[in-house]
Amino acid sequence: MAVRLDKTDVVVIGLGGAGGVAVEPLTAAGLDVVGLEAGTWLAPKDFAPDELRNNYRGWPQAAQKANREIPVHRPNAGAPDSPRALIHPMMNGVGGTTLHYWAQSWRLNPWDFRVVAETRRRYGAARVPAGSTVEDWPFGLDELESYYDKVEYALGVSGQAGNVNGTLDPRGNVFEGPRSRAYPMPPLRGTEFTDSMGEAARRLGWRPFPGPAAINSELYQNRSPCLYHGFCSRGGCHVSAKGSTAVSTIPRAQATGHLDVVTEAHVTRIDVDADGRAAGVQYLKNGETYVQPAGAVLLACYTYENSRVLLLSSSDAFPRGLANNRGQVGKHYMSHNQGGAVLALFPHKLNRWYGLPAQGVAVDEWADDNFDHAELDFIGGGNLWVYSDQRPIAAASMPTFGRAPRWGSEWKAFVMANADRWVNSYLQKTTLPYEDNYLDLHPTVKDPLGFPVCRVTADYKDNEKRVAVFAQDKMEQWFREAGAIATIRAPIGTMGVTTHAYGGTRMGDDPATNVVDRWGFAHEVPNLGVLGASVMGTSGARNPTLTAQALAWRTADRLAKNWKQIGT
Amino acid sequence: MNRSWSRREMLKRAAAVGAVTAVPSSVLGQPNAAAESYANLNAAEARTLEAGAARYIDRALGDALAAWRAAYANGLAAVDAHARKSNGKIFAELQPTEQDAVLRDLERNVATGFAPSAAAFFELVLGHTLEGTFSDPHYGGNRDFAGWEMLGYPGLRLAVTAEQQRMTAQPEMTRLSAYDLPMFEGGAHDAGDDHGR
Repeated sequence: MAVRLDKTDVVVIGLGGAGGVAVEPLTAAGLDVVGLEAGTWLAPKDFAPDELRNNYRGWPQAAQKANREIPVHRPNAGAPDSPRALIHPMMNGVGGTTLHYWAQSWRLNPWDFRVVAETRRRYGAARVPAGSTVEDWPFGLDELESYYDKVEYALGVSGQAGNVNGTLDPRGNVFEGPRSRAYPMPPLRGTEFTDSMGEAARRLGWRPFPGPAAINSELYQNRSPCLYHGFCSRGGCHVSAKGSTAVSTIPRAQATGHLDVVTEAHVTRIDVDADGRAAGVQYLKNGETYVQPAGAVLLACYTYENSRVLLLSSSDAFPRGLANNRGQVGKHYMSHNQGGAVLALFPHKLNRWYGLPAQGVAVDEWADDNFDHAELDFIGGGNLWVYSDQRPIAAASMPTFGRAPRWGSEWKAFVMANADRWVNSYLQKTTLPYEDNYLDLHPTVKDPLGFPVCRVTADYKDNEKRVAVFAQDKMEQWFREAGAIATIRAPIGTMGVTTHAYGGTRMGDDPATNVVDRWGFAHEVPNLGVLGASVMGTSGARNPTLTAQALAWRTADRLAKNWKQIGT
Repeated sequence: MNRSWSRREMLKRAAAVGAVTAVPSSVLGQPNAAAESYANLNAAEARTLEAGAARYIDRALGDALAAWRAAYANGLAAVDAHARKSNGKIFAELQPTEQDAVLRDLERNVATGFAPSAAAFFELVLGHTLEGTFSDPHYGGNRDFAGWEMLGYPGLRLAVTAEQQRMTAQPEMTRLSAYDLPMFEGGAHDAGDDHGR
């Protein structure tokens, strides 16, 4: 028999990057919140600098619900399934993937909110790619600015502002929209190598700048500044310099006495009442089934799981899945076109053994609509990023740039000379939603409980492929200017399971094409909010987390301020 | 764990530190080292795999890489079968140039008798060999930090200065395993990574 718990005001499903932020405004308003998290608490002692564990074996192994339900990808509806990933790119744990992410914390640029309108205005309606389901957001950057600001200060984001109230500062990103004030901390320091890349960009007439990161560049909220030790990518921070929600918003919410964190809680469905409103959730913990009634439910899993939980929560009122009577759950899926990097070989050592992926230099000249596309055959673009981050297994796995075989004594001699002379780049590029890129439930592959896993049907289209080649051209030009003696272009690949997944529960005013309204609540279920990048209608050309967090704060704030209308 | 080696014993066993970089050793351009006793590989399999990386793979096949145990048994048997067919001897008894030729046959996927393919087995072993040779010595490979020294990696540090990040900086090698550091005692580990240390 299920254990029926006392009703709470709000239940938040998932205490990661988005849910972990939402609990702060909810509890500050005095609402009682139950936070259900599939993973456990982790502490600095769990964050050993261990490349094998972190980067090759899917750290950490404890309570990894996600690894038992890895989505299955296929490029299109007529293709067989791609080989299934062995490790889920995201993790469970209080703080979720903010424990091990790169923590690059960007605001979207103004164009990202108005892709359709701006493309029509500047180039004509025909330039929106055929088959794309892209819509403009229901609001612009100005609406989200105050929430970006709240989150930047709540988590602690380091960075150099490029536009404060309309005043441009060339030390920062001059393409960003106006912000009301500077970042709470100066940017992370550069290295001699990243500085040299910045100088090369300036010689090309570009305006390089240090990227923003939810990592302390100085003491903040009594947490240590970054120590640049080199195990940040898929590694937790041993001094809590990384602004994970586990060390910032969640503990503050707990301190109010209004947050009850339940770990190792595996949510299986959201229940509805006779009126079709969310009534609460069911979860498994230690083999027992619990029913947690709530006045409002905030679904805050990762993109794949947000759609999956809704599709698994079918009922008489919602036979095709919760909030899916118009068939929009799982639609407008995007990943981030993260493939297709450029790798470069230099004639001297770069000393990238230490640092972190967020310690780098960005160029935004070729992102979004920051350049004229009139004579080009695509819309959008890419942010170029070069950083200081190298560990030994990855270094030894370097490509040999056509100068040596992949193994044997010649390989060994090459790697001994060049392990610290090569560098990767990170090119994040516009990806649009399309009619035939979507999420649904897999017809045969199930998790150990017998529930179907998420199926990802998605591939890059012509616009994305053209953006990728264009971004590679620019990145190669940048590396050559900096003195690279050889470059390699990585293939763009396909849209497999990724850390940058968007859509499936898109936000918009039209219920026929969007799952949630402009505030993040389901059109069909007004006391069900959805948090995460699954509500984003465009990808932007930069990491999604800060935008997902700003939206999460905004949805939670809306709920707290309108509790009597929304909560029941 | 089914094995218990102290760190001191492990170092003592590292008779062939120079051979630590190896798939079969020839993958990494190293001479064969003497076979040792392994938990999950038989002697012939271990000879084929060789030295430091073999030690890592042997241990890992008992825990984190257990899913690959059958792939290794079948793949290594197929390597010997191919070596016999082409050179009349098992892989470990071939001369280095002959071993290289066998490995090239795998890499180019022209060797037969592999499931799903010779190239897939080659990539599997190459990947695990790189893991074993260049991971924290805690996992059994990279003995006496030979893999990190080969790359010029200056080792683990919990705090790094701006000066240590200069392109010309040459910080002294620390020769530390993450699990030598007291602050990580009792922390969450990889599944089954308690290698008796």
